[in-house]
Amino acid sequence: MPGKTYVQTTINGEQVDFLCEPRQSLLECLRDEIGLTGTKEGCNDGNCGACTINLDGRIVTSCLVLGVEAEGATIETIEGVADGSNLHPLQLAFLENAALQCGICTPGFIVSSKALLEENPNPTEHEIRFWLANNLCRCTGYDKIVRAVQDAAKRLQEA
Amino acid sequence: MTTTDYERNMVNATKTDFNVIGTRPVRHDGTDKVTGRALYGADFDTSGLLHGKILRSPHAHAIIKSVDTSKAEALEGVKAIVTASDFPEVEEKTGEDETKLKWLRDNILASDKALYGGHAIAGVAAVNPHVAEEALNLIQVEYQVLTPVLTTQEAMADNASILHDSLTTEELGKDTGTVSNVASHFQHVKGDVVKGFSEADICIERDFNTTTVHQGYIEPHNGTAFWSADGRLHVWCSTQGAFAVRDSLSDLLDMPVSMIRVTPMEIGGGFGGKIPIYVEPVAALLSKKTGAPVKIVMSRKETFEGSGPTPGSYMKIKVGAKKDGTITAAHAWLAMEAGAYPGSPVGAAAQCVFSVYDIENALIDGYDVVVNKPKTAAYRAPGAPNAAFGAEQVLNELAEQIGMDPIDLRLKNVATEGTRRPDGPVFRTIGAKEVLEAMRDHPHYQSEKAAGHGRGIAIGFWFNIGFDSACNIAVNSDGTVNLTEGSTDIGGSRTSIAMQAAEVLGIPVEDVRPSVVDTDTVGFTAITGGSRTTFATGWAAYEAAQDVVRQCIERAASIWDVDADGLQMKDGSISSTADSELSMTFKELASQLSDTGGGIMGSASVNPGGVGGSFAGNIADVSVDEDTGKVTVERFTCVQDAGKAIHPSYVEGQMQGGSVQGIGWALNEEYFMNDQGNMSNSSLLDYRMPTALDLPMIDTVIVEVANPGHPFGVRGVGEANIVPPTPTLANAIYDATGKRMTDLPMSPGAVLAAE
Repeated sequence: MPGKTYVQTTINGEQVDFLCEPRQSLLECLRDEIGLTGTKEGCNDGNCGACTINLDGRIVTSCLVLGVEAEGATIETIEGVADGSNLHPLQLAFLENAALQCGICTPGFIVSSKALLEENPNPTEHEIRFWLANNLCRCTGYDKIVRAVQDAAKRLQEA
Repeated sequence: MTTTDYERNMVNATKTDFNVIGTRPVRHDGTDKVTGRALYGADFDTSGLLHGKILRSPHAHAIIKSVDTSKAEALEGVKAIVTASDFPEVEEKTGEDETKLKWLRDNILASDKALYGGHAIAGVAAVNPHVAEEALNLIQVEYQVLTPVLTTQEAMADNASILHDSLTTEELGKDTGTVSNVASHFQHVKGDVVKGFSEADICIERDFNTTTVHQGYIEPHNGTAFWSADGRLHVWCSTQGAFAVRDSLSDLLDMPVSMIRVTPMEIGGGFGGKIPIYVEPVAALLSKKTGAPVKIVMSRKETFEGSGPTPGSYMKIKVGAKKDGTITAAHAWLAMEAGAYPGSPVGAAAQCVFSVYDIENALIDGYDVVVNKPKTAAYRAPGAPNAAFGAEQVLNELAEQIGMDPIDLRLKNVATEGTRRPDGPVFRTIGAKEVLEAMRDHPHYQSEKAAGHGRGIAIGFWFNIGFDSACNIAVNSDGTVNLTEGSTDIGGSRTSIAMQAAEVLGIPVEDVRPSVVDTDTVGFTAITGGSRTTFATGWAAYEAAQDVVRQCIERAASIWDVDADGLQMKDGSISSTADSELSMTFKELASQLSDTGGGIMGSASVNPGGVGGSFAGNIADVSVDEDTGKVTVERFTCVQDAGKAIHPSYVEGQMQGGSVQGIGWALNEEYFMNDQGNMSNSSLLDYRMPTALDLPMIDTVIVEVANPGHPFGVRGVGEANIVPPTPTLANAIYDATGKRMTDLPMSPGAVLAAE
């Protein structure tokens, strides 16, 4: 079995160090080595977006990043989106607009949508759909997800 | 984007005097699901956990001559390997039972033949998934490759390569003794079609083909098993039915159901595909060998190739009508791929194909055909979308030839209360007419099409099911209740069930805490499927809440020392009709239970009749790129009869989700099989499901024609909505281009090539 590498990161504001094999993806490290299972695996080849995280200010599919590549990185996962026990406006909007059914894609959608609203606080429907085209949802048909993001944008602007 | 001056999500409510039902509370499990806390099957962990992987056949049709695992076993970190020979021996089964058990087991781990590319051959448990995967490469399998058969036409041909030497055709209920790939042929006959067609002024007859498609749930199959030293088997998995997993494992492993406990984890989509089991028995056998818990999670490729998609089909539809639009006769000839083992949804397709209409003379032939593809599983109204793709296009052609509006033609022939379906059942109160009327009157249908756009409509039916459900409700001392039930929650059903209990108890839904529990903890509950959960488990919650009400009244009577007959419980209070002084709230009573005889727990197990089928219709506008053939859905409206929408947002969610799965099926999705019978597009890049960018908003109208067979009028809304999209879009493409699309998917190349 291959040797392990020591990796130092900052995850959701905390310093997190872990050991991983060179062949382990960052997704696998988050889930199996660190215990952050909120980030989901749907395809393991970058096509479904369920494993979307924020890595040094960019959203990436964590299944396409190796754990060892995260050395020195600042990472935000779904577990870091809420402010303690205060849900983020996107999380509230997803709940109140019934924008989830099974919920497996929801962490990826919320992490992606948060990055969208940070870059573009008032997106059009088309801009939301374009941005979220990398996240697959099979339950909702996206209608209520688009509405939730619109609603969250409004809440954030009013805040 | 289209601007609208109408309500995009309408509810045509017929009964509104409820406190909780018809409102839109936030779901009880919501916070866990937006914060990443909810635990799905792949998130399960326990001490000493081993990881399993499965070796799969690279050949679609081959004899397995030998399997040598010795090199793999020697790899450091490998703990156990299992093959079909590790299933326990069963002595008492013979004949047909023996064959059925063999097929069940062979689909989990093939014994003598690989019947599809991706068919499981062996399982490995190792210290981590990477080592297990390395070990797979060291297992040596000797195959004798055979010719695969990939479509019903190939499989039914005279000189076809045969999948099972033990499979003989059942013809109209009788075993013919003839070995073939046709497992069965059945017929439904109503009236006299020869006479009916002779009375028709116009007959339309066409052939249709549809390809294999996948449910496409985002979460791959998974399961963890621990075979304890005390002989009990514990399983944690994402499934549509914990009891179904328990019972399947009992059959496969030849052990009593009581020796198996299945804990349903949160489930990341199912749509029918997570009713059967795949990895759980392999994990169980590996756990038995190692004494350790073993987790197996499928990859996406395995999910496409080694689970159960919905079948491709070949269908001939003929419908005849008089000039005034009266349908005189209809014939459907339906052949559907079962996959590697018998059991396609052709029976269900036959129950739906003409059931929207009151047709005097109808004949339906159904053929269940095995092919070298994965054994098919249910997918949302299984079989019905295939059949509707043909039948609802033929209806539109008839309307065009007669010169009638296609909705008017349907209304002229629509099934109503008392109509006998071609397959036998007589409809009770149904909402087919009301759905068509809501379509006709919708601002979308009343609007002018944009220049160059085509418009299509269609309607579909799904019968829904009842089956067993159980529910317990325990009263807490603070006046809330804990509700436990056994229906996996895929789309908010915890809340729709809790709402029905809250309505009976007269308390806010937030005071009901619903949990989906394991098979040791609640009475037998059938799968989350067949659109049954809000109907049947909701009914169990209704009965369990009634049980609580009865006990609360008895307790109040004993506290007040009066006769229970004069007491009632309403809006969360118990009071006496005779003495206005005697009144207390449910909360007050709850706080006194311990001192007045102990806690109160209500429970119920039901297997309700009274199932009410659901109808769904679509209106769609499309544009078609003349150069590429690409179809863009510009506007889409879904109308469905919910009976009563318990939680309208989740009903809309079912309608929108089913519509979009249907849109994907219509325009993009298919299994590309190469000449050797292997799937060439088993990734989410190449098997292209709709993204947010491919779609418009999906407008909804919930029609409520109460189901007389349910206390609140519920029908069940999970499935009928996937039935009409494929013919709706075909009809819209025809309207835009003049091309009649008879094959699915209607991909750009297919639209360009069509005449």
